[in-house]
Amino acid sequence: MSRLMVFCVLGLCFSSVQAWKYSGNVAAELQWFPKSALFDGQMDENLTFSFQPKTSHEWNNRNDLFSMELFFRLDDKDENRQHADIRELKWLHVSGDNEWRLGIDTVFWGVTESQHLVDVINQTDRVEGFDGEDKLGQPMLHYTRILDDGVFHAFLLAGFREPEFRSLDGRLRFPLPVDADRSIYQSSDEEKHLDVALRYKHFFGDSEIGLSLFKGTNRDPLLIAHQSQSILIPYYEQMSQFGLDLQTISGNWIWKLEAIYRDVDSGSFSAATGGFEYTFYGIVDSAVDMGTLVEYSVDDRSENTAVLDNDLFAGLRFAFNDVQSSEVLAGFIFDIENDSNSLRVESSRRLGDEWKVTAELQLFNQIDEADPLFAFSQDDFLLIELARYF
Amino acid sequence: MFKPIFFSTMLVLPMVSFAQTAEEKGLQIAKDADAYDQGFVDFTANMLMILKNKKGDESKRVIRIRTLEVEGDGDKSMSIFDEPADVKGTAMLTYSHGLKPDDQWLYLPAIKRVKRINSRNKSGPFMGSEFAFEDLGSQEVEKYSYKYLRDEPCGEIQCYVIERIPAYKFSGYTRQHVWLDKQAYRMIKVDFYDRKNELMKTLQASDYQQYLDHYWRPGKMEMVNHLNGKSTTLEWSDYRFKTGLQDRDFRSQTLKRVR
Repeated sequence: MSRLMVFCVLGLCFSSVQAWKYSGNVAAELQWFPKSALFDGQMDENLTFSFQPKTSHEWNNRNDLFSMELFFRLDDKDENRQHADIRELKWLHVSGDNEWRLGIDTVFWGVTESQHLVDVINQTDRVEGFDGEDKLGQPMLHYTRILDDGVFHAFLLAGFREPEFRSLDGRLRFPLPVDADRSIYQSSDEEKHLDVALRYKHFFGDSEIGLSLFKGTNRDPLLIAHQSQSILIPYYEQMSQFGLDLQTISGNWIWKLEAIYRDVDSGSFSAATGGFEYTFYGIVDSAVDMGTLVEYSVDDRSENTAVLDNDLFAGLRFAFNDVQSSEVLAGFIFDIENDSNSLRVESSRRLGDEWKVTAELQLFNQIDEADPLFAFSQDDFLLIELARYF
Repeated sequence: MFKPIFFSTMLVLPMVSFAQTAEEKGLQIAKDADAYDQGFVDFTANMLMILKNKKGDESKRVIRIRTLEVEGDGDKSMSIFDEPADVKGTAMLTYSHGLKPDDQWLYLPAIKRVKRINSRNKSGPFMGSEFAFEDLGSQEVEKYSYKYLRDEPCGEIQCYVIERIPAYKFSGYTRQHVWLDKQAYRMIKVDFYDRKNELMKTLQASDYQQYLDHYWRPGKMEMVNHLNGKSTTLEWSDYRFKTGLQDRDFRSQTLKRVR
């Protein structure tokens, strides 16, 4: 009894009920590029390793939570890809309908599958997955107010996370090397600029609508060619972005829409992605569910700047609902203006209770020279990852 | 002259009240069973799920369950996954409803996203097991139409055997036969007939314990699939009732912080 009291003095009760939890995974990843490289010295295959440990601890009757998630990548061939990141290191405090989060965190906004226009809080980890789904942890103070039919968020984002770009030996790189050490900022505060964001999400019946506002350093740099040297220099502008996301469920349908207006000095623009996912349950008398996805993207910017400027995405998602939780998602993107098209297949399956194998196939079938993906046109790849979870 | 008629009516009247149809009696039993279990307010429990295939290979899931009773509608429940390790931290929030699709949200820690999921298909398997979502959802009276079949001993106790026909359009079953014990309406056994009206699965519940001197919960549930030879066993432990869970503990807005 007295021992328990001693341990509880600081509000941290290390009893078995409120123990620290550990989890994570270790993985080996093999990436193979079958086509000969566009640039000299680029690798044809690469074996790399990653480690992603997580821990969390709850106390004060679940009103306080500490959580941490780290990420490490070992890569011999692409020195820029060898990196470590704190994805999460935060303290959450709950007081009634108010939540406070202080520290490094990853936040996701949005609903669509083919791209995430509205999602702007975290910097993309550009040396990780090609799909841009991996994010760098962002230092922040995040306040949340839970309402009956909605939720309101306010963010103070302290410090900009400058991304690393792939090295010259790496595939999926730009034609010229990006010199991240010479990054230029529009704001005189440079990477210390304090960004702010607000978000409100409202639920009504089977629909939800999200409105968001972001003011601060644009996470997407403009890559500017150096006047005398053959390098690209990232230029980070200040931006204001208004975002809207909408989702509605009706029977087998899920309808999705994301739209933004981004105000930047280099040329303000609007962009939108919208579409649906329709699911066929238990196809051909099996337990397999098949989702069909269609999304259309439009962007004010030219085809040289925006990847999805006037593009159609069509996909199939298979959930096998088996013991191994096998899944396959295949997506085809077609540029209506210049006929560029690419195919991406992602699949995963658990092996036993602790292992998981993931496979990714990316094919750039035909890429127009005007398309921003042109530098990657020889970079078709197959990636296989074997991960041990704990 | 009138007396015989008078007497015959006297005799017939009590007969009429007894001549409940099999449907009425089945519905009455279902209502009584539902009424018996009302007022539990909330409960939490741990569930160990063991999946077995024909060859005897086993796979394990460990899930913590928190359930809140909702008057006049299906219950709200939260399932938090501890195993298998690759889905550790996944949380599923369900507002179950009688005849409408449930409302369901999933928090996926790997991508740190809460996804609203399409839950119309209650007949799909839960985590690759032999339990369908509809087998695990809360059992509201209006989910079925009923018919009393017979009384029958089930082990050492006496059971009602009732047939129930799912009212939900997208159910995976044409009918179910349910063995309910006559004392406390504990569900002892269920036979599930698939869409082709073949006997597909049998559920057997055992190791019942009583909580708060009233509510009975099984310690073990075993589902055997007769068509594919697979089975799934649920072992329940640490049942706690009236733990003080609130409506606010079951909101999609706070799913992200559930541990």
